[in-house]
Amino acid sequence: MPPTQTDTVSIRTEQDVVVARQHARRLALEAGFGIVDQTKIVTAASELARNVVVYGQGGLMRSEIVADGRRHGLRLAFVDEGPGIPDLKLALTDGWTSGKGLGLGLSGAKRLMHDFEIETAPGQGTRVTITRWK
Amino acid sequence: MERIPILRMGNLLLVTIQVDMHDQLARVLQDDLTSQIEKTGAKGVLIDISALDLVDSFIGRMIANVSAMSRILDAQTVVVGMRPAVAITLVELGLDLAGVDTALDVERGMKRLRSRLAAASHDAPDTN
Repeated sequence: MPPTQTDTVSIRTEQDVVVARQHARRLALEAGFGIVDQTKIVTAASELARNVVVYGQGGLMRSEIVADGRRHGLRLAFVDEGPGIPDLKLALTDGWTSGKGLGLGLSGAKRLMHDFEIETAPGQGTRVTITRWK
Repeated sequence: MERIPILRMGNLLLVTIQVDMHDQLARVLQDDLTSQIEKTGAKGVLIDISALDLVDSFIGRMIANVSAMSRILDAQTVVVGMRPAVAITLVELGLDLAGVDTALDVERGMKRLRSRLAAASHDAPDTN
């Protein structure tokens, strides 16, 4: 089934991280998610948007309302053209960080959502796609 | 520069976070709080996060840092007003804020701080 709407938010600065999560909040609310689900979605969005700024040298968040026939959900994609992640398994490990973070960004966002996909390669940027179903 | 105000009430510092914090604002708050503790000799810090609709790993770390730094500077921190949805999300994210003292609301938080400060002054040795 085709997505019903998509839009894009640019993520370049720490302020844009706030803009991205506020946008995610609005979409989650419009999609009818309850307060706990909304909070999980915006928190995951905040982690991934920060990664775009800190590790990906900027990028964007693309959002869409998706449906698979029985249910609908909110899908967010975080796309950057940064250096990519050389060791994905390591990057998904709780507590591991290549920077100064806590190492909870990717693994935490994964736990907060139903679907989590990541495409990355050295020099090819990173795309993380997360979905929460209603 | 944008800052979150820190109020002084006797030997306590009060912070109410009412904006959706970007990372730099959280860093500045952490620095401001520790320098205010040093400058005023405050013994307690109360941070009200009831207006925050999310605490991600960065804000969570700031809260944990402030609590740990205050302790080293001989001040106690209590974080109050965390919304249930935020607490649920934070734990699922992987942050349990171990070592951070919390209370449900400002009133209980103040009570907690006062009783901890009273206990601390009773425990203090008479000499020195």
